[in-house]
Amino acid sequence: MASKKIHAIYTDDDLLLQAVKQTRSANYHISEVFTPFPVHGLDHAVGLAPTRLAITSFLYGLTGLSVAVLLMNYIMIEDWPQNIGGKPSFTFYQNMPAFIPIMFELTVFFAAHLMVITFYMRSKLWPFKKAENPDLRTTDDHFLMEVDAENHDVEKLTKFLYDTGASEISLIENEQDH
Amino acid sequence: MSSHYEAPIREPLVLGEKSYHDISVDVGAPVLGKANKSWWIVFTIALVAFLWGLGCIIYTVSTGIGVWGLNKTIGWAWDITNFVWWVGIGHAGTLISAVLLLFRQKWRMAVNRSAEAMTIFAVVQAGLFPIIHMGRPWLAYWVLPIPNQFGSLWVNFNSPLLWDVFAISTYLSVSLVFWWTGLLPDFAMIRDRTTSPFQKKIYGILSFGWSGRVKDWQRFEEVSLVLAGLATPLVLSVHTIVSFDFATSVVPGWHSTIYPPYFVAGAIFSGFAMVQTLLIIMRKVSNLEAYITILHIEYMNKVILLTGGIVTTAYIIEYFIAWYSGVPYENYAYLSFGAATGPYWWAFWALIICNLIVPLSLWVKKLRRNIVWTFIVALIINIGMWFERFDIIVIDLSKDRLTSTWAMFQPTFVDIGTFIGTIGFFFVLFLLYARTFPVIAQAEVKTILKSSGESFKKLRAVHGDDHSHVQNVEPYPADAGPSANVEDKNFDSSFNELDEETENNEVDYEAHKDKIDNLLSGIGTFDPATQTQDDLKKISGVGPVMEQKLHQLGIFTFEQVSRMTDREYDLLDEIISDFPGRAKRDDWAGQALILKNKN
Repeated sequence: MASKKIHAIYTDDDLLLQAVKQTRSANYHISEVFTPFPVHGLDHAVGLAPTRLAITSFLYGLTGLSVAVLLMNYIMIEDWPQNIGGKPSFTFYQNMPAFIPIMFELTVFFAAHLMVITFYMRSKLWPFKKAENPDLRTTDDHFLMEVDAENHDVEKLTKFLYDTGASEISLIENEQDH
Repeated sequence: MSSHYEAPIREPLVLGEKSYHDISVDVGAPVLGKANKSWWIVFTIALVAFLWGLGCIIYTVSTGIGVWGLNKTIGWAWDITNFVWWVGIGHAGTLISAVLLLFRQKWRMAVNRSAEAMTIFAVVQAGLFPIIHMGRPWLAYWVLPIPNQFGSLWVNFNSPLLWDVFAISTYLSVSLVFWWTGLLPDFAMIRDRTTSPFQKKIYGILSFGWSGRVKDWQRFEEVSLVLAGLATPLVLSVHTIVSFDFATSVVPGWHSTIYPPYFVAGAIFSGFAMVQTLLIIMRKVSNLEAYITILHIEYMNKVILLTGGIVTTAYIIEYFIAWYSGVPYENYAYLSFGAATGPYWWAFWALIICNLIVPLSLWVKKLRRNIVWTFIVALIINIGMWFERFDIIVIDLSKDRLTSTWAMFQPTFVDIGTFIGTIGFFFVLFLLYARTFPVIAQAEVKTILKSSGESFKKLRAVHGDDHSHVQNVEPYPADAGPSANVEDKNFDSSFNELDEETENNEVDYEAHKDKIDNLLSGIGTFDPATQTQDDLKKISGVGPVMEQKLHQLGIFTFEQVSRMTDREYDLLDEIISDFPGRAKRDDWAGQALILKNKN
């Protein structure tokens, strides 16, 4: 099916934020916004749920900590305990002070890398991925708001967007594959 | 409308009348432009130094560690000195990007990219030394806890040297992803601005297809914040663990419990000195003075003052404890009367002068804001911090507990060559970076432009804090418009749009007849018989549409425009009401005067 969208381009972040609020209160659906830099408060204005990446990072950190504990318990206590510099090796608990640096480093290692990988996967960022910003200027100084025009009077919507301060407005009709 | 208020007492962080587009242009310029001669000269010198160092490394590996100046007493010298020196330098980057992010310091945004690059390149140099020192670098993977053919032969997790392996590799890899994630939007900006298909391809790959969706930005900010939270204790842990290499031993001068905090402060101290050294040159060469300002340099000098003060305190404590312990061996520790008057007196005094005395000059505000002096102090601190590590290692080892084994260290050409080689390697990497990477986190700088930009601060000073910050962006293609403006199937080309406008671009001549006559009487008329018309589009702010309008009014030459004063500007605004105040703001008369004199 074909989907009708309207791309409205703004040239200022304050203008965009105001337009987003107006568009939402007029009950139009904003399907996407492309900006050259993080506009403070925009995610809230668009109505996005907060990201859960920080929570995943915490869980990954716990994983890293567990890996460190299991690794060193196996290597230093179970598999081949040795008396090194008089550091007690009978139980994990007794030898643990010497393991704190590694436990910390592995916690950070897992939390940081797995979170970034999750971010890249969720936002579909990887080498050879094609950029999807519809206008090249949106990485420079233009802001693009994509509004669903399906089931709306395009003329009226265009007029509305023009009044919100959009400097360019264009109708996009996409043949969708799915 | 969100508020961009910032206390007027804060100095602007972005100088001049910058728009968002100007930031893209300025940051993209070194990447999209051509390298100048001085870049090639410096690059060649760095490359030669690197190749010499590479030769020394190959010689070391193929012959053995015996080619270094080590002896039975001093079994660790320049290799570990250089290692600690480079790791220390590699501390400023993450400190700027992580700790200052947590403290919401806006000034970090102009310097974090380069500081992080420097961090990564410095840690690479640091990592080389332990690997070379292994003697058989192809067995370097033995430091990893992997199952092996020797039965249960594991690495020793009780050893600080192994902690180092984990700390440094975690630090290097986390710094790298932190840096790269921040680079994605900036690579995307270069990708969309370049006209060369090759660059477009390369930066397309490097930017991972970054599109700048609002959800991406939300995640981006969250990831940056969490990474900063993780990297802050990480950066502190790295040099803490490096200091454990010494602090867990029983060598006089090494077994010091204040080493961890003191090493961390010293690392930040030397790291910021290196950032100053590099950025003072880069801001000049890459024309980034509007972004890396005197204020940034002063802030970094304040960090140097603080960490230098901590280091000074630590030195004094070390000196006091060496004396107070009453142990004769301690009298030859690197900070003691014995060291100050012994055979290594010059190294002792180099440390004191470079790290204690010279940085004190930064307490003077004039000197702190003096670029040349800052550069000199930064170089001196770099040298001083190298001597600190040299003193800790070589002076402490040179006089051990048995007088008959006392010795001095004599570096060979291989020691020196390897060290110089790493400096060369470092600069090779940094110079390549400066030519191919967006050296300022432009997306982040754009977020602070309205709160901390000079022009916006002036705007608020004149019109009050509630004044609208909405900027009118000139429609592309402006005269120096970005290459990004290529036709896209989803959009009408802006060129076509402008052509249409130009066609129905009539000035209502009759309605404004009086005003036009008045205007021309002020600036003179154009006589096609004796004068030739100028390309008015060369004036920034005049596009094809505006030029056509000016022609209709009878304005054809720079000379006419250069005679415009406030009176003419007002008249012009009344006749052509499209861009009120534009002509005055862009100072068309001033521009035209320059252009006229050029002709």
